[in-house]
Amino acid sequence: MDTLVARYSRPGAFQNERHIEDGQDDLHDDTTPSLSLKFAMPPVAQPSAWLRSATDDRSNPHCPIKIAHGTTTLAFRFQGGIIVATDSRATAGNWIASQTVKKVIEINNCLLGTMAGGAADCQYWLAWLGMQCRLHELRHKRRISVAAASKVLANLVYQYKGMGLSMGTMCAGVTKEEGPALYYIDSDGTRLSGNLFCVGSGQTFAYGVLDAEYDYNLSEEDALELGRRSILAATHRDAYSGGYINLYHVKEEGWVKHGFSDTNPIFWKTKLEKGEFTNVTSSFAEDEQAGNRV
Amino acid sequence: MRGPTIIKAADDKTRALNKSTLIAFSGEAGDTIQFSEYIQANAQLYSMRNESELSPTALAHYVRGELASSLRSRKPYNVNLLLGGVDPITHKPKLFWLDYLASLAPVPYAAHGYAQYYCLSILDKHHHPDISLGEGIKLLEKCTDELKRRMPIDFKGMTVKAITKNGIVDIEFNDDKIVKSA
Repeated sequence: MDTLVARYSRPGAFQNERHIEDGQDDLHDDTTPSLSLKFAMPPVAQPSAWLRSATDDRSNPHCPIKIAHGTTTLAFRFQGGIIVATDSRATAGNWIASQTVKKVIEINNCLLGTMAGGAADCQYWLAWLGMQCRLHELRHKRRISVAAASKVLANLVYQYKGMGLSMGTMCAGVTKEEGPALYYIDSDGTRLSGNLFCVGSGQTFAYGVLDAEYDYNLSEEDALELGRRSILAATHRDAYSGGYINLYHVKEEGWVKHGFSDTNPIFWKTKLEKGEFTNVTSSFAEDEQAGNRV
Repeated sequence: MRGPTIIKAADDKTRALNKSTLIAFSGEAGDTIQFSEYIQANAQLYSMRNESELSPTALAHYVRGELASSLRSRKPYNVNLLLGGVDPITHKPKLFWLDYLASLAPVPYAAHGYAQYYCLSILDKHHHPDISLGEGIKLLEKCTDELKRRMPIDFKGMTVKAITKNGIVDIEFNDDKIVKSA
């Protein structure tokens, strides 16, 4: 399939060469229909496989392009709306590229998107989604539903399937028709609605805390605390998550931001006041083995 | 498990080293049992010869030594272990995390393999050093519930043992409970 596409859509440089060689025969050229797709592709036999070999650091740790990947994001529905929480670390390979990333994207004043996977892909396409939502509003004189917005994005990423997009995102919003609605969309083209999702390399740690305590009838205060604590769990155990906890509450009137707070003081507060994280001690492991300290 | 077939569902992956120390193991088939029973035999031999029990700490360092020399041999053992016990003198509980690279770490709670990703955050949140046995079982249930909910592997139930001052006791554990995710 890729070779077929490549045959009908060589990059500009190659096409110019052909024109010079073909000369007058160009009009009767049957291999290149005049109305063919002019989509620039890299000059290799299988572009998608080639891109993967250059960017996938799981299969090839020495790959030339390191895509920002690690993340923890979560969102869950409850009686009072939707809680959306993320960490703020961006990594490129083992390098912490930033500790202050905004992974919650405010699509409009009652729709939020979260960012996991390729930072550029998410940032660009969620901004694009924001534009599409605004256009929908202008065309139809009413706000887009969360179901529709998420499907716009899902259809878009599906068009690019296999071409190296990397994103795992959640769309959260409250509308009159739907109530609180939460969707998960990833670059495979998956689109799911559900009560709770955690996305990113720290997802299992967040799920661990969230699943155990989750209840639809949680109070607003408890729900915010659970979201915060779940991200904290992930930033503690997942090396690719950390920085600040970005917390949002989506209500019928729109979303409310509940801070962009440093994990470090929150961690120590949780440890010292609640006695959690007992594996973190101020003594050396050697002391404990020797029995100097209990 | 060998290939795509479960050979035995209720296999005990623990060995008692003495009255108050137990190891739990995972890793390559064959290596696990061979290594664990070798350790068990030597621990028991020590108890017979000296009419005394080695402490969990001493045993952990012995096991680590064996793993370390195995690691640099022609065919290293591929075994990961958790070693737990109650010290016969101080009566303090001890837990050690060991892997096939001969790392040894004293820890308050531990897991190996994929279970780490699901369970450690739960244990980080709910573990306190002074919980009772009953509360400990409840906490274990929180962990197994999460594994049932989220892990794509069906591990066919658990073997649960507790090490107390009075020795090693088998714990009845209800693993037929069906857990539904939210």
